[in-house]
Parts: sequence; C-alpha cells; structure tokens
Amino acid sequence: MTRTTRLVILLAAVLLLGSVGTGAVLYAAHRSGMRDQQQANGPTVRTGTVSLRPTADRRLLVRNLAWGPHRDEIATVPADDPQGPRTASGVKCLRFHAAAGTGICLQAVHGTLRDTYRAVVLDSHLHELHHFPAAGIPTRARVSPSGHLVAWTVFVSGDSYAGTNFSTRTAIVDTRTWKIDDNLETFRVIKDGRTYHAADTNIWGVTFADDTRFYATLATGGQTYLVRGDVTTRTLTTLHRNVECPSLSPDGTRIAYKKRVKGASPDAPWRLYVLNLRTMKETATAEQRNIDDQALWSDDSTLVYALPGDYGSDLWTVPADGTGTARRLMASAVAPAYLG
Amino acid sequence: MYLADSRSTKAAVAPDTRPGRRPAAVPPTVLALGAVSLITDVSSEMVTAVLPLYVVAGLGLSPLGFGLLDGINNGVGALVRLAGGHLADGGGRRHKVVAGLGYGLSALCKPLLLLAHTLPVLSAVLAVDRTGKGLRTAPRDAMISLATQPEHRGRAFGVHRAMDTTGALLGPLVAFAVLRATVDGYDAVFAVSGCVAVLGVLVLVLFVPRRIAPAGAAALPEPARPALRDSLGLLRRPELRRLTLCAALLGLTTVSDSFLYLLLQREADLPADLFPLLPLGTAAVFLLLAVPLGALADRISRRRLFLAGHGVLLLGYGLVLSPWHGVPAVVAVLALHGTFYAATDGVLAAATAGAVPAQHQGAGQALVGTGQALARFACSLAFGAAWSLWGGRTALAVTAAALAISALVASFILRPADEMSPAEVSP
Repeated sequence: MTRTTRLVILLAAVLLLGSVGTGAVLYAAHRSGMRDQQQANGPTVRTGTVSLRPTADRRLLVRNLAWGPHRDEIATVPADDPQGPRTASGVKCLRFHAAAGTGICLQAVHGTLRDTYRAVVLDSHLHELHHFPAAGIPTRARVSPSGHLVAWTVFVSGDSYAGTNFSTRTAIVDTRTWKIDDNLETFRVIKDGRTYHAADTNIWGVTFADDTRFYATLATGGQTYLVRGDVTTRTLTTLHRNVECPSLSPDGTRIAYKKRVKGASPDAPWRLYVLNLRTMKETATAEQRNIDDQALWSDDSTLVYALPGDYGSDLWTVPADGTGTARRLMASAVAPAYLG
Repeated sequence: MYLADSRSTKAAVAPDTRPGRRPAAVPPTVLALGAVSLITDVSSEMVTAVLPLYVVAGLGLSPLGFGLLDGINNGVGALVRLAGGHLADGGGRRHKVVAGLGYGLSALCKPLLLLAHTLPVLSAVLAVDRTGKGLRTAPRDAMISLATQPEHRGRAFGVHRAMDTTGALLGPLVAFAVLRATVDGYDAVFAVSGCVAVLGVLVLVLFVPRRIAPAGAAALPEPARPALRDSLGLLRRPELRRLTLCAALLGLTTVSDSFLYLLLQREADLPADLFPLLPLGTAAVFLLLAVPLGALADRISRRRLFLAGHGVLLLGYGLVLSPWHGVPAVVAVLALHGTFYAATDGVLAAATAGAVPAQHQGAGQALVGTGQALARFACSLAFGAAWSLWGGRTALAVTAAALAISALVASFILRPADEMSPAEVSP
C-alpha cells in the first residue's frame, strides 16, 4: 500500500466514524430534548410556592421526574392525593429530603470541563442557606427530625486508572454551627466491642434518631453492618449484619432496610426488610421485588420507596409489618419526604 | 502523522552516532504506536470517566461491591499478558496481529456497553475489555523495542508513555463534552468511544509495519517459532532474571495509586471535592517528564534511573508521613509520584528490551511486566490487611521501610550487570 492509499483510507474512515459519532450525539440530544415536552398522560405540574413550614394538611415532597419543563424540580402534592396535580418549586435536586423547615438538596453543577456536585442546605422557603462541595455522585440525603442536622452520601470512584472500584463518602453537617464532618470514615468504629481499623470501610445511608444519634450502613471486608453512630463521641458501633440503607421509624423502634438475600440473582440481590431494634427480629415486607433505595416511613406502619419506572422511577408503598401488598403511590417521582 | 512503510523505517533507524549531531528522530513506528495508544486511551478513559455516573445516575444502581471481580481480573490479566507476549513472538513475529487482536477486542466491547444494563453484565464486558488490554501490552512494547536503536529506547518508551497519558487525560474531557451536548446521553458517549476505538485499530493496521526488523542489529536469520519452553526459559538469562526479580521486589512495596490518594486525602485533610483531581496531578507530571527522563535513562543508565525513580517514590511516602500538610505538600507528593512513573514505567520496558534477544521481545516484556503487576497486586492485598491491623499511617511507614530495603537489595542485584550486552551495542 502506498502512503497516499493509506492516507485516503484513514481520511475516509475518519469521515465515516465521525458521521456515526455525530449521529449518535444528535440522536441522544434529540431524545433529551423530548424530555422537556410534557406527556399527554403525565401528571399536571404547575409552578407555585413550595414551603417546608409545617402546615395543617400533610404534604409529600418529591423530585418530579415527569417529562416537561419542571422535570427534576422539587414538587409537592397533598399527602392524601399523591396522584393529583403537582406544584413545582423551581429548585432542581438529584436527591432531596426535608424535615422541620430544613431541606437538603444534592445538586449537579455543570462546569465547562466536568460536572461537580454540591450539597445545599435550604431554609423553609427553599432558599439556600449554605452549600458544601460534594466529592462524587449523590445517592442518599437525610435531615434529622429537629431539622438541625443534615447528612448525605455520594459515590466516588477511587482513581481514574483502575476505575471500577467504587466507594462512598458520607458527611454530616450541624446547621446551627455549620460544622461539617466531611467523612464519617474518620469516626472510631467499634465492631463486636473492639476498635476496628480497615482501609476498605465505606459508610452510607444515614438516618437520624435525634441530634446526637443516628444509624447508617458500614461495609468492610465484603460484609455490611447496621451501625449506631454518635456525633458527639464520633463513634460507630456495629449492631446487626447485612443491613443497607437503614431508615428509622418515627417512633424510633424499627429500621427499614435493604437486605441482601440468599438465592437472589446477582443483579437484583436486595429485598425490603424491617428490623425490630429491641428484639433484633427481622421481618420481610410483602414487596417481593429488588429494592435499591433508602425507604421512608410515611407513618409508624407504612413504608414508601422508589422502584424503576417508565420515566426513571415511581414511588411505591407497602405495610411495614409484612402484611398486605405493595401498591403504587405515584408515578415519575423519587426522593420523597413528608411534611406536616 | 509519520508513515511507517518499510522504506521510511529503514531510513529513520539508520545508525547516527556521529558526535555533535542532534539525536536521531523518534522512529515512525514508535510514533504510530504512540498514536494508537493515544487514540485508544481517549476511547477507554471516556468510558471510565462516565461509568460511575452511568451506573448510579443512568441505571440507578448502587455500585458498591463492583470491584469484587478485580482480584480475578488481575490473575486472568496476568495470564493473558504472558500468553500475548509469547504468541506475539511466534512464526516470523506476529506482534502486530496479536496487538491488533487486543485493540480490536477492546473496541468490540464499547458497543456491547450499550446493551449492558446490569452490574454482572457490565463487569463481564469490562473484563473482556481488560483481556484485550492484557493481550496487547507486551506485543506493543516489543514492537517499540524492535523499531528503536538500543541506545534510544528509553526516549522512545518515554515518547510512547507521554502520548498514552495524553490520551488518558483527553478522554474524560471528550466524554463530558458529549455528555453535556446530549444531556446525560451515556449511549452517545459509548458510541463515540466505540468509533474512536475503531480509529485506533485502523491506525495500527495502516501505519504500523507488519514485520519490524530489529533496529541497529544485523539482519537476523529468520527465527524459528519460539516454543513455550523457550519463552519461560528466558528467566534462565541472568540479566532478565535479575530485572524481573527487582521489578517484582520493588512492585511488592509499591502502594497502589488508590491507597496512596486515600491516605494523602486523609493525612492532609483535603476538601472532598479535590479528591478526584489527585490522579490528574500524577498524570500531568508523568506526561511532562516521560520524555526527558527516558532520554536521561539512555544517557546515564536505565537501571540506575529505575532505582532512582523508586527513591523518588520513597521521598513521596516520607512526605505523606511528614508533619508538613496542606496544598503545597499535596502538590509535592503528586509531583514526586508522577516523577516516579516517568522514571520507571517506560524505563523498565527499555531496560527489559536490552536484556532479551530480538526474537523473544514479546515474552520478555510480558514476563517483567507481569511480574511487576502481580507483585503490585499482592502489595495491595497486604497493604489492605496491614491497614486493618495497624491503620493507614503505620501501614505506609512499614511499606516505606520495606521499599527502602527492596531498593537497596535491588541496587545490589542490578549493579554487577552492564547496561547492554556487547552484542547489542555493536551491530
């Protein structure tokens, strides 16, 4: 082959591959554009004022996933009419939670070279009070019942050359002092009564009991544990095995969580369970499908959680005591929080 | 783009040892292989950069435990690398064919990513991608060795590594540009990555000669196809045995990048959002210094520079353990870490090239590279265990002490051997 032939072949290939690549980008951009168009069968979404202040009637706040101009905004519906019209706040969050007039919103910041993430603490009018940089992709967020503490978890992928090894980073902020515990892995871990060190510890999914105590998942050595954390003594104490993404019931007696069950397929390993903290007895809920969410208690006997849906995810509900059946609460929504 | 047909190859590698002349140009084959690596790294780093986001945000999965297959992958990767090196030496040197298979296999995986929607399938596709990488590494380094005059190999490997790292730095930028243009179009990222990968394979096919005559050596008689026994028997050569031993010994005390960054972040109490920038710091320094240090290795001695590189790494460990914290300290550690890679990565390949005859270049590169990779993997396991027992700081202090001892032992082992055997210096 002569030099000219090779160059011609290379040029032709660059043109061909360039067209394929451009086509793929244009197609994907068009498809994304579609998501800004409201769907005929989708829920009604209106712009309005969303407040985190307690009111007489109970409300459910979610990240709205329905297609249209308000996609990804925090929206609210009456708690007794979750399928009804949604009021969108104009605030976009990837993950969100709120309690007692405080909100935590995990957002993407679109930079020129790459996306970064930040955790924004919101006041009751959804105005920013303070923000903190987040080291990776948001996955969990919680506010303590008093509204004083907020916590979030992000995924970080260790280094760009090995690439496939993920870890989590969890932070807790006291909104009264704005003091941040950037990485709960620096807390002292007490495992089976003794101080425990490991390079591979990962902590995620904080759920608050009060302004001092919380529960979370600790993973190390290929095993996950429910830990009880204390922000004053900066300790994490293991309580129970095989617990992920714990969620404490409002009365503080039970933990709803993802349990890795034996015999499940490796791409769908988790089921929704409830652990009684006094007896340490586990109860399987009637939800038979794989769960990958930190569940939320809508009251002392009912759980709400996200499952994949047509527009990203839908919210479902099931009784916490193992009875009943799972039922769809609302379509095209994720990251729920009850107020009032 | 340099062209690497047989005429220009011969012209470029004509011995040019007259004093006072500028150094000979980097052989076109090396530049072509560098271009292939650059393009391929753009492609693969595009995927690596968006994969976490794709898994968490695109697929809505929790990726913890995703790294579980790493151990198995490392073991299989080592075997594949040895096989790649051995196969490449066979039948009139099939380096290009084996390397092409490796690049092709990885290119095939990119469209498969479009179909993988669960973690097990995704892991499997990534494992095949890695197999391709394992297959191509040794033949590629063998081709660089064969195409280059022995006295310029350090620089040639430096040029290749710098081009390779450039691709690795560009990949994430391209990926985010696509992601931005398409608003979360992960499939578009994978499609573009696939197109880029195919382009890399095409540059290899078009611009890397099928058979590379060893530069600077008299035409060798057509070598018989080396048997597996011959490839493994390479370790009977004292020079290669010493080099493999030292690479493995020092690899056993080289803490993996992720552990080092984790410790650095904790010791220096770095803001969490700076963490993703740490690998970029190392890569940038590696990119800047790969060529000058490669050229330096050609002048002073590759083995000496390889050892000095580990000395620099030791300094880096010392700095992490020192009470000096803050951003300047972190920058200094990353500069030392990048210098370590620039002084050892391509330099080891160049030193290996000098220790094996032309017909065994593939197997030789595979043996040394695999020895080093397996030792580093063993170090990761041991370091993780040491961290659990004593905490990260103590684990690093112990590793640093072990590195100092290994470096002393290695300098003792490597000292008696001359840089190049006389047969290779005078054609």
